[in-house]
Amino acid sequence: MAAIEILGLEKTYAVGFWRKKPKRALKPLHLRVEDGEVFGFLGPNGAGKTTTLKLLMGLVFPSAGSARILGMDFADPRVKAQIGFLPEQPYFYDYLTARELLEYYGELSGVAGKDRSRRVAEMLDRVGLRDAAGVQLRKFSKGMLQRVGIAQAILHDPKVVFLDEPMSGLDPMGRREVRDLMEQLKKDGKTVFFSTHILSDAEALCDRVGVIHQGELRGVGAVADLTASVQGKMELVWHGSAVPASLKSLGADCHITGNVIRAILPEDNQEAALEALRRERLRIVSLTPVRTSLEDYFVAQLKPEKETAGATA
Amino acid sequence: MSARVVHIASNTFREAVRDRVLYNLIAFALLMSGAAILVGQISIDIERLVVINLGLTAVSLFGMVIAIFIGIGLVSKEIDRRTLYTVLSRPVRRWEFIVGKFFGLAGTLVVNTFFMAIGVFAALLYVSRHFQSSDGWVLVALYFIILQFLIITSLALLFSSFSSPLMAAVFAFSLFIIGTFAEDLRGFAGMTQGVTRWLATGAAYLVPNFSALNVISSVAHEQAVSGQLILYNTAYALVYTTMALCGAVLIFERRNLK
Repeated sequence: MAAIEILGLEKTYAVGFWRKKPKRALKPLHLRVEDGEVFGFLGPNGAGKTTTLKLLMGLVFPSAGSARILGMDFADPRVKAQIGFLPEQPYFYDYLTARELLEYYGELSGVAGKDRSRRVAEMLDRVGLRDAAGVQLRKFSKGMLQRVGIAQAILHDPKVVFLDEPMSGLDPMGRREVRDLMEQLKKDGKTVFFSTHILSDAEALCDRVGVIHQGELRGVGAVADLTASVQGKMELVWHGSAVPASLKSLGADCHITGNVIRAILPEDNQEAALEALRRERLRIVSLTPVRTSLEDYFVAQLKPEKETAGATA
Repeated sequence: MSARVVHIASNTFREAVRDRVLYNLIAFALLMSGAAILVGQISIDIERLVVINLGLTAVSLFGMVIAIFIGIGLVSKEIDRRTLYTVLSRPVRRWEFIVGKFFGLAGTLVVNTFFMAIGVFAALLYVSRHFQSSDGWVLVALYFIILQFLIITSLALLFSSFSSPLMAAVFAFSLFIIGTFAEDLRGFAGMTQGVTRWLATGAAYLVPNFSALNVISSVAHEQAVSGQLILYNTAYALVYTTMALCGAVLIFERRNLK
């Protein structure tokens, strides 16, 4: 069963004060996320990621289309008990302590008294905030707030977790902590749908990604498939101080770092290049095909259609 | 009432307390102490009248300021700070949020009024050395003041559900002022003709009738308040408040939280 099924969801806002003009924030979106999958929703700022999440959370209403979460209509109030949500750059009631905030959200989610206290303690432990449980949130750093945000999103043990830019604005340590928490969610078998524009995070965490740009879904695929395709080029690495002249004529693009030289060259010329290095008695370290990175895929999806078509031709 | 409404209401109350809203009680206590001492020295035989008038007017004004300035931010502040997102992504219906917010602020105002009432009675005891049976009408006046708070809180919530805090404050404060002269407006409507009469009558009945809920002067003069007026005012305030809340819910149910 699909955990999330988006069926032509779209959103058009009326903008302007006097003569309102329609502005399409999201073109009809069709997307399916399987149960237990970690899905990365990639796109530059203003692409429509947050709009999609707000639509799914019922914070804004769709102009057309629908969605199903865990087999139920996304507007069904029962869905809300089974999902968790972390908004982008979350801001919580800063007059509450971390424990009070989680207690409050537990109450709203319908978690019963005894179970609630236990879950709150567990969550505080899990996100590493046990020692700060009694501190008001106004004294929290951004990283701590993000961890509280994740704790509130998974407090009621939801089956599907939606995270909007969970690593945004965090320092490397904070990002690492959030990444570890997300990996734990994956191990727990949760379905995670998260938006990001940080590709390394998506590459490390996601089973599949979708790229959205200008309100339009440009591509979807498994990370392994997207990064598996070779580009007809090889990367050759060897020890040496200079590039043999014969290699340059083979179309190699060389970079020297200390006594290590890397060359990217057409796949067809790999045998000739190896032969040239052997002739010079240079020590070959590796020869690997150049694979498409997620970044390459992302950039390709963001290019205007004409340009992409031209490049393909 | 749903448990979620109660949780939202108690959190709203907790916010008001932690944001030091009840600190206004210190200013009120100082005002009442000063007034009681001063009145005791300069007034002859009208100490009670002055203390009741001043005390109840202060209770009303302090409460109105709190109701308007907190009420206008109840929804818009939650949208601006995005705290609403994590609430509405739970099994919380939008009407529950509005009603919970209303009861939270109403509860704050009732607690605030309770402590102020203690201050008024303490000042009254200080100037007249004893209580008398007509002081019971002060409680009725306080009850009417609370009814006014319910109306203005629901109106502040209504305006807060679709406009900016500044505009909501302007609307709510304007209605408070106009509502204070609602009886005069109705009198004026009765004197006009044609379309003007229709418009004036409509406006007179649309604005909250705070003048009917203001019995401070008569209570200060030891005049009784009829049971009929208590019943009428109670029904009026409840109906008006419910209608304003329904309006707030209807608007908020359709609002995109961009």
